[in-house]
Amino acid sequence: MIWSAAKGLMVRDLRLLWRRRGDALQPALFALLVVVLFALALGGEAQALAKVAAAVLWLAVLLAGLLALDSLFRGDAEDGSLEQWMLAPVPLSWLVLVRTFMHWATTALPLLVATPFLAELLHLPRTQLPVLLASLALGTPLLSLLGAVVAALTVGMRRSGILVALLALPLYVPILVFGAGSVAAAAQGLDPTGALLLLGAGLVLALVLAPLAAAAAIRIALD
Amino acid sequence: MPEFDPSHPPLLAARGLSFARNEQPVFGPLDFSVDAGEALLVQGDNGAGKTTLLRVLAGLLRADAGEVSIDGRAANASLRSRAVSYMGHLPALKSDLSALENLDFLCGLHGRRRGQLPVNAMSIVGLAGFEDTLVRQLSAGQKKRLSLARLWLAPSPLWLLDEPYANLDLDGINLVNRMVQAHLRAGGAALLTTHGAYAAPPVRTRMLALERAVANA
Repeated sequence: MIWSAAKGLMVRDLRLLWRRRGDALQPALFALLVVVLFALALGGEAQALAKVAAAVLWLAVLLAGLLALDSLFRGDAEDGSLEQWMLAPVPLSWLVLVRTFMHWATTALPLLVATPFLAELLHLPRTQLPVLLASLALGTPLLSLLGAVVAALTVGMRRSGILVALLALPLYVPILVFGAGSVAAAAQGLDPTGALLLLGAGLVLALVLAPLAAAAAIRIALD
Repeated sequence: MPEFDPSHPPLLAARGLSFARNEQPVFGPLDFSVDAGEALLVQGDNGAGKTTLLRVLAGLLRADAGEVSIDGRAANASLRSRAVSYMGHLPALKSDLSALENLDFLCGLHGRRRGQLPVNAMSIVGLAGFEDTLVRQLSAGQKKRLSLARLWLAPSPLWLLDEPYANLDLDGINLVNRMVQAHLRAGGAALLTTHGAYAAPPVRTRMLALERAVANA
């Protein structure tokens, strides 16, 4: 039952993505623009760019994810889908987890794929690229899961764009610190494993707790 | 009210059920029961609390007092999810998916009655030929019919229908009545809210009249 519901939800989300494939590219385009703006503002000097490249890429991915966050549950709340999720024989937290995973796969994963290209644009030293990719692969699901709790809390409100950002950004601070920090450590020749392991531990914790918290928040928000 | 028979507990029973929003009573305390093969028609003016009552029974809202039992057992989330199908004002349909794709998803979510196929359900509700039409291109009445098809496929014995006649033409109203009749004959029960003007299904029906709760009552 829980697998058929999960499969159904995945198929549904992929179909919706395909019907609106124009929208699917937006987070990646946004990240590209942020990167270009940084490059322009910093003067395009390769040395200066290389120093901040990892931090800029992390910020671009984080901001793009934040932009996409509001769409996580909003559509399903407005057309009553969330009500039916709550009444289904499948735990709401499980559906929330699957939905968050699909949201991550459709908004953050394309960014991850685009990262080597964007890194090249910012003259990131090639030796740092694997660490950057590892930190993003661990960090972006964590961002999505924490974001899901915030999105669930604000799902009952009509317009909550800036509120979502205000609630989510403080929660994102540690992830940004460890994510960008791991690449900075690697740049200085230090071992980045510690920061990556912490991100991994955070991800495991969030995988278990965030869906439960988000499900509880949805129940409260739709009361 | 018939005598309580412990060997056949009512499919749905509520005792002393009441709900208040911001200290203002919305309805209750209410006592009623619905047996298998019966329909309960919840009537009341706009704002009398019909929708709220159905949402409380479905488990979307928590009652302030009183208890609900399903088949003689106190209602909890897992019991409700198997026994209750709720059709509210929001259709829970994705406008960018086709009618059949929506049904497929909702069947995966709620489970499906044995021997029932989404395609058949669509022809029962008069939507044959619209399987591949995007829901955004369907009319309000057709969306209602699609929700009815979802209800028809669900395996739950208890239907909670909030204004099932809204947006439907005469043929659609007959369709709702025929579906409720068939569902009751198969041992199910249904709660329908209506503000009164429509024909009730030709089945054993109980009435529950809700009056607008007076503030400070």
